[in-house]
Parts: sequence; structure tokens; C-alpha cells
Amino acid sequence: METKKWEPRIVAFLCNWCSYAGADLAGVSRYQYPPSLRIIRVPCSGRVSANMVLDALKSGADGVLVSGCHPGDCHYISGNMYARRRLALLKSLLEFIGIEPERFNVSWISASEGKQFAEVAREVTEKVRALGPARHLVKDF
Amino acid sequence: MESSSSKITDEIRAEASRLLSSGEVAAFLGFVPGSLPMTVRPFVARSSEDAARLVWNSFCVMNLANYLPEVLKSVEPPRGPGDPEPEGPLPRVGVLATGCWSRNMVVQIQENRIQRDRVVILGISSRGMVDRKKVLARLGGREALKVEEQDHSLLVSGRAFNEEIPRWEVVRDNCRSCVHPDPVIWDIMIGERAGDRQNANRFAQVEEIESLAPEERWAWFQEEISSCIRCYACRNACPLCYCPTCFVDDSRPQWVGKSIEPVDTAIFHILRAYHCAGRCTDCGACESACPMGIRMRLFTKKLEKDVLEMYGAEAGMDPETPLPLSTFSPDDPQDFIVTGQESPKSTGDEAGRSGEVSQS
Repeated sequence: METKKWEPRIVAFLCNWCSYAGADLAGVSRYQYPPSLRIIRVPCSGRVSANMVLDALKSGADGVLVSGCHPGDCHYISGNMYARRRLALLKSLLEFIGIEPERFNVSWISASEGKQFAEVAREVTEKVRALGPARHLVKDF
Repeated sequence: MESSSSKITDEIRAEASRLLSSGEVAAFLGFVPGSLPMTVRPFVARSSEDAARLVWNSFCVMNLANYLPEVLKSVEPPRGPGDPEPEGPLPRVGVLATGCWSRNMVVQIQENRIQRDRVVILGISSRGMVDRKKVLARLGGREALKVEEQDHSLLVSGRAFNEEIPRWEVVRDNCRSCVHPDPVIWDIMIGERAGDRQNANRFAQVEEIESLAPEERWAWFQEEISSCIRCYACRNACPLCYCPTCFVDDSRPQWVGKSIEPVDTAIFHILRAYHCAGRCTDCGACESACPMGIRMRLFTKKLEKDVLEMYGAEAGMDPETPLPLSTFSPDDPQDFIVTGQESPKSTGDEAGRSGEVSQS
């Protein structure tokens, strides 16, 4: 019996003002990218807390992507600047306790960067694919 | 010979008694002896008779900053939610503070938990507190009935044994790697200021773990937290943990399951440490409170190291500067940002990869 090929599942937190619109543009412009992202729209990358990232990993995500506006372009002036500090520390802490750093990704995508969004989606998917299914923080419900 | 701790005890009693009887403070927060050897109890003195019970020794491992907001609240005149602010200055509270505790009080000032003019801080330069668990481990099951403290050793005695333990060998890990033993803010200094310690590589324990391979680090993490019974003593001992509803108690969404399943325990420890990022002063109260001997301090120490390396900030050193995570700089490091430049450009990469697999 042929088993179904494993595809990574990546939870993507995209900010409403830039990255979500960037993802939309990628679709409208018909850029191809892997169907591995599960997109969650958030008001700002600064809204994404460590709780959410870990909840995604616990619930079976193989990877997490957080994307917001480029520094300086935040709709709320500085939300992404606070996020940058917080997410940098979270990434470092997860790496410290032995979670592969490639599972947690942060990017800046503006509303006009449909092509770049597709490239980020591809890069993140390939990195997670190379690691295989998540094992460490997944909870069997 | 009188030990330095008993000298400090006398000074604390005298100062606390003076402050209380003159009405300068309504309450004084310190320690009284606990019911077992090598334990102390936090204690709120409200009269000069109470003040005579206060002690200072090497076992004051709990962080008094943790109790300070509640004690401040307790001396305020009672008022309902809609009642106006009482007129005139509110009563003040005296408190003991070593280096790390005073830095926690600075964090509390920055976070509007306490007002500087309502606390009278008796500063003490810390010589490091003794880890009770280390002493008990050395005794190997023999029960210590009496522990006498000298400047550089502990005289432990029990049924049919007497043992002298060099003090520095049983001092807590966080105190051994401490560089700021002196209080940052204080009103009355008790004893001499010692100055910053220079020689300690304070992140040695963290660097040791960083040098391991990822799988070894995960194994270390799992091993470290495997005995956790999720009593949350570490959270309750921490002056930084004061959310009205802690994330572990949230039920919708339930961030952390209530079971002691390893994943839930792991997420609890990751998030507990993470919530202290940029605020933790490495006082070690969490580790001292842990009944299972988990070294959860290492997780917060790692964050302390990152904050210092990436943002050049240490928690609680200056009430005027904002906390590292409530500010930012336009040129904060961001080499971890994914740009998509490393992604394969062609969309036909699926075929390419399956070809590679068949070759190998």
C-alpha cells in the first residue's frame, strides 16, 4: 500500500497590513508556492506572543512563520520593532532547549512583495521539509 | 567571634525598630527564623517588639520584592473601587534589599508596581546565600538538627555527628556567578558596599549547555524538567510573576494542559522563563523554592545572556531607563530574518529532489 507523502504543515501568522496583503498579492499574481502554509491573520506582528507560537507547535505544526511589515513601515508605528526583540529571544530560547531553529521563522513582507512572499514560503517549507515532522513539542490529543 | 551575619542582624533590628517606633514606616518586611534549620520565613514587623525578632543569615533565599506590593497595599487605608484617593501621603514600608532584590524593586518601579517614595530600603551587600539542598546532599540523609553559621563555614550538627562545611562550596549557583552584590537603590546602607565582582564568568553554566548538539540539548532539557510536579512554586516565589490570571490557569485558550505530560511541562517552563525575559535579575528564588531541585534558573539565565549580548541591557540597573523588551532600537540585530533568497527558484524542484533520493 502506498502511504501518502508527508507534507510539512506550517502555521503562518501574517500581519493584516503588510504580509497578509503580500500573500494575497502572491495569489492574485499567480506565483506558485507550496501549499504548506496555514495562514492566520493577526493585527500586527507585535500581536504574536510566544504562547501562540508554542500553541501552534503543540497542536502539531511542523513549523511556524511570523511575518510583519518591514521595520519602519508598521501600521502601528513600532509594533514590529517590539516584535523583533521578542521573537529574537524566543527563537534563541527554543534553540537553547533543543528545538531546531529552522522550525521558527520570522520575515518582513510588504503588501507589494507578492513574489518575495512566495519565495519565503518556499524557503521555509523546504527548510522544514528537510527536518521532517516535528517531534519535540507535539502533544497527542 | 561575632559573625558578619549576626552583626547585620543587630543593625537590622536597630534600624527597623527605629523606623517603626518613629512612625516613618507602618510595616517592615524582613525574615524570622523558620521551623527547620537552614530555613527562614518572610515576616512583616509592625511594632518595635516585632522588629526584635528579625534575623539575617545565609539562608534568606526568598526574594522580599515578591511580597512588597502586597504589604504596601495592606498598610493603605481600606477603600472601595469607586472611592477617591486618600489625601496626603500613604504609609510607607521598610524592606531589606540585596543586589538582586533591589534590582527587582527597580523593575517593579518601572512596571508601576510600587512607588519609590513609599519604600524605605535597607540595603545589604550580599555575600551569597546558601543552597539548603547542597548542604542536605552533603549530609547524605543524616538529619541536621542545628546549623551554626560562621563567616566562612557552616557548623552542622545532628545526632552523633558534627561537620564543618566550607561556606562557599554550598553557596547557590546564582550567587556564585553574581556580579552585582550591592543594592542598586537604597535609603540606609547596612554594612559596607562590596563593589561589583569582576572575575566570575557568570554565563559559564549556560555556555556549557550551548556547546552541546541540538539533540543533546533537548535531552538535557527533558531530563531537567522530568521531575516537575507542576506545583508552580517557582512562579509563586518570583517577584516578576504577578499576572491576575497566569497563562497556566487560562482555560480558553488553554495554553498549557493541566496534566504532567512532558509536552505541557516543557511549554510551562519555556513560557515561564520567557515571560521573565529582560526582567529577571537571577535572584534564584525560583530554584530555591523548587521542591524537586529543577534548575529552571538556567532558562532565564540564557535569556539574560541574550538580552545583554543583543541589546546591551541588564534588568533593573537603572529606574530611568525602560525595560529592554518595552523599548527598541532601529538597528537591533535581525540576522535571523528569513528573506526567501535561499529558496530554490525553479518550481520544478519536486522532480529534482525525488531524483536525488533514488540516487542515494
